[in-house]
Amino acid sequence: MVRWIVSRALGAAFVLWAVATLIFFGLRLIPGDPAEAILGGPGSQASDEALQKVRLDYGLDQPLLVQYVQAMFRLLRGDLGTSYALKADVAALLGELFWSTLTLTVLSLVVAWAFALVLATWATRGGRLGRMVGSGMEIVAAAVPHFWLASLFILLFSTALRWLPPISTPGPLGLVLPVLTLAIPLAGFLGQVMRESLADALESPFVLSARARGESETGVRWRHAIRHAALPAISLSGWAFGSLISGAVVVETVFARPGLGRSLLNAVTIRDVPMVTGVALVSALAFVLVTIATDAVDRIADPRLRAR
Amino acid sequence: MSLPETDLAQPGLASRPTATRPGARVTVGEVVAIGVLALLALAAIVPGLFTSVDPLAISPTEAFQSPNTAHWFGTDESGRDVFARTIHGARSSLLIGVAATAIGMALALILGVMGGIGAKPLDYTVTRVGEVLFALPGLLLALIFIAIVGPGMMTATVAVGISTAPGYARIIRSQIRAVRTAPFVEAATVLGRSRFFTLRRHILPNALAPIFVLATLGVGQAIVWASSLSYLGLGAVPPAAEWGAMLSAGRSYISNAWWLTVFPGIFIVLAAGAATALGRSMQARTRQVER
Repeated sequence: MVRWIVSRALGAAFVLWAVATLIFFGLRLIPGDPAEAILGGPGSQASDEALQKVRLDYGLDQPLLVQYVQAMFRLLRGDLGTSYALKADVAALLGELFWSTLTLTVLSLVVAWAFALVLATWATRGGRLGRMVGSGMEIVAAAVPHFWLASLFILLFSTALRWLPPISTPGPLGLVLPVLTLAIPLAGFLGQVMRESLADALESPFVLSARARGESETGVRWRHAIRHAALPAISLSGWAFGSLISGAVVVETVFARPGLGRSLLNAVTIRDVPMVTGVALVSALAFVLVTIATDAVDRIADPRLRAR
Repeated sequence: MSLPETDLAQPGLASRPTATRPGARVTVGEVVAIGVLALLALAAIVPGLFTSVDPLAISPTEAFQSPNTAHWFGTDESGRDVFARTIHGARSSLLIGVAATAIGMALALILGVMGGIGAKPLDYTVTRVGEVLFALPGLLLALIFIAIVGPGMMTATVAVGISTAPGYARIIRSQIRAVRTAPFVEAATVLGRSRFFTLRRHILPNALAPIFVLATLGVGQAIVWASSLSYLGLGAVPPAAEWGAMLSAGRSYISNAWWLTVFPGIFIVLAAGAATALGRSMQARTRQVER
């Protein structure tokens, strides 16, 4: 167990270091003068003196490798730097945005799980309806873009029915449409995975013996089979969380909701290096932590994994 | 960009067939999926078959007409015919989907084959690289690439390809690993075949069949992601007739011109849905052969 924790922690540290390195050099490939980007981009017409001062202030006159080592040491101290565009501490900025995106993604994950459980049990009941629910999930999960779903929701619930605000206002009402937009495609995907493992579980011996004991169909499903069916979906939740962050870029943009995704899009377009690095590290960290957590849940639920 | 990439290559896609039973004939779903794809491909190659209207011709006096007999899908803010634009949009959207998948698959094959047949240290390195790329949201990879090269349709295509590659590479690697330990590969080694011969003759053909299915599923995903990039203003730019770009332009008029938002979106769902449905049934069929 200790060995497992240590190796996972080392692996996580490696992934974060590699992400930081990748972003550092990747953003240097962007054409244009970083000093100019700091002063507001090519349109700002900054004077040579101002550019020179910025280069000195930000250490941009140093060789690239020296800058890299300095940047890594700053990151180790937990210093994410100052946003070029917003001229504020990145860590503080991310602190505010993080909670907004976390609320959105976690709520979406919960809602998606609830939908997926219902859909999966429905789809395995068999018959025409079950098959239709099954293939419907596939199509929704794979073929409906977040931005279009969001637009349809706005058309229906904001323009036509006037129930909900078309942009994400603070408060629970403003969260409904963004959460549904993220949750529905994910529910299709998770439901699909659950349906398959549920179908497997329903054919296994322990279900037969539960039926032989006279357990009701609902009892068999909800007390026995669903636990097995949930396992692969739990493992996939780490991946799902990562995909929710990608989805958040689109959804936060459509609903004009402040968050990590929307600031990432802005930061990439204006080449705000510290901000991009910060968002990338936070989302990579979240992904790594969620993956470790789901692996741990798997190990608790499935003793066979612990022997390895 | 729904699910996903990377968010795009969903790990769960390699799963059990559902509707198709062993020995099943062609199902209604398959006919519909192939029919939709054939029609869209036809629209992409000869759009003139479906509409004779110029998708770029503006006519300000006819702006914002709701769907009617002259303009089936209505007109946009410059009086352009939305039906003609949607039909002409099939070309760029399908092309982006296919090209992005090809790029992603090519990158993934290089990584996956290196990891799958390489020596342990190489496999270890490739796996770690994959892990790092996987930890980044797929869209972030695409965004950084677009920031480096600049927005545009080509860039968006390559960006979608790059962001899908880690997911594919993961699947290809494990596929090759699985085939490599098969008895017939051992037999070839015992017979003194060279490593390259064994790879080309025995491992790749067996590992690639499922990958072809994966690519079909991937085209659907790539269409969705590429349209999302256009929607964010990073791919095709208006007035180009591309579904994502059309939706992006229609976003400003969502409260008074619903048709600008509804119709191009339906076509995205049709194209991506048909590719997905077809991929799924191909998956089901290859499984039957194996049994």
